[in-house]
Amino acid sequence: MTVISKVDSTGFQRGWTLVFLAWFVATIATAGSLFFSEVMQIPVCELCWYQRIAMYPLVLVLALSLFPYDPRVVRVAGALVAVGWFIALFQVLLVAGIIPEDMRPCVQGIPCSETHITLLGFLNIPTLSLLTFSLVGTLLFLTHRIETS
Amino acid sequence: MSRKFLFITGIGIILLAFIIAVALYQNQNSSLSGASSTQRQGAPVKGPENAKVTIVEFFDPACGTCADFYPLVKQLMDQYPGKVRVMMRYAPLHTGSDQVVKMLEAAHQQGKYWETLELLFKNQNRWVVNHVSQPMRARALVNGLALDHGRLDIDINLPEVSRVIQQDIEDGQALKVQATPEFFVNGRPMPSFGYKQLSDLVKEAVDEAY
Repeated sequence: MTVISKVDSTGFQRGWTLVFLAWFVATIATAGSLFFSEVMQIPVCELCWYQRIAMYPLVLVLALSLFPYDPRVVRVAGALVAVGWFIALFQVLLVAGIIPEDMRPCVQGIPCSETHITLLGFLNIPTLSLLTFSLVGTLLFLTHRIETS
Repeated sequence: MSRKFLFITGIGIILLAFIIAVALYQNQNSSLSGASSTQRQGAPVKGPENAKVTIVEFFDPACGTCADFYPLVKQLMDQYPGKVRVMMRYAPLHTGSDQVVKMLEAAHQQGKYWETLELLFKNQNRWVVNHVSQPMRARALVNGLALDHGRLDIDINLPEVSRVIQQDIEDGQALKVQATPEFFVNGRPMPSFGYKQLSDLVKEAVDEAY
């Protein structure tokens, strides 16, 4: 009896920590994207907006599932991450020129295949987004594994 | 460490990092003055000198929409003969365009601005690949024009040329030009992007001035 509860409590511990890390990563990404658009005034293209729609709710959803800890959040947050991940992947391929973009370049806004920031020679904003969604997704997946085991 | 403490520390760290980043960024950019002017002395102008309505266009030669708008702007000038002139200013937003606008400015020094611009717009697909300017290809294209090519290659690297472009970029930033083409008619921006909005703005300005 005591052994089982011990296993349970460590599982609980690790699950909580993973969701906490996922929240932390999503919050950094949210703050970062707001910094790019609001402080540096980098224009936000259409695809970036769709990724924001998937990323921003994670900050609240994951935070609320920490107090009290509710592992069922993986379902909701996982769906958001999946959507964001595919859009980020699409944009990364667009930037890389693997998927061609329609001819609608400088109309009103900004072509999504244009990048504004390059860190360390390869990290542009869509790549950062894809990495972030992958990381949050992995953390949520690990949480799910712990909870179902 | 209690969970709530960890959570609040997390919020604190992100918030603090954000505030520091904002402060650092703004400090770095405080040198930009607030003075912003839509017109620049010596910028390429088409149309009568004494026209009371000036369309200022911030553009990137690599921008497809700028090329599409070029005949439309001409059409507007024809619509109000003698009353409207257009001034072109550089906003090299595309990668590689900084070199191409230098070449344009060098051509301007020889009085061959419009020929060069028209050639670049007309053959955009030959020197813009995936929204990235290829300055060497643009240069090769211009070889077909009757220019003093030796002088052009020297002028591209003149500090005056860089200064002019830097001035345009800084004014563009001050005027919040984030996409091209961006138009200002007698200093007024378009309410939203579109040909109709531009032609309405020009009509308004002509009605006011004449």
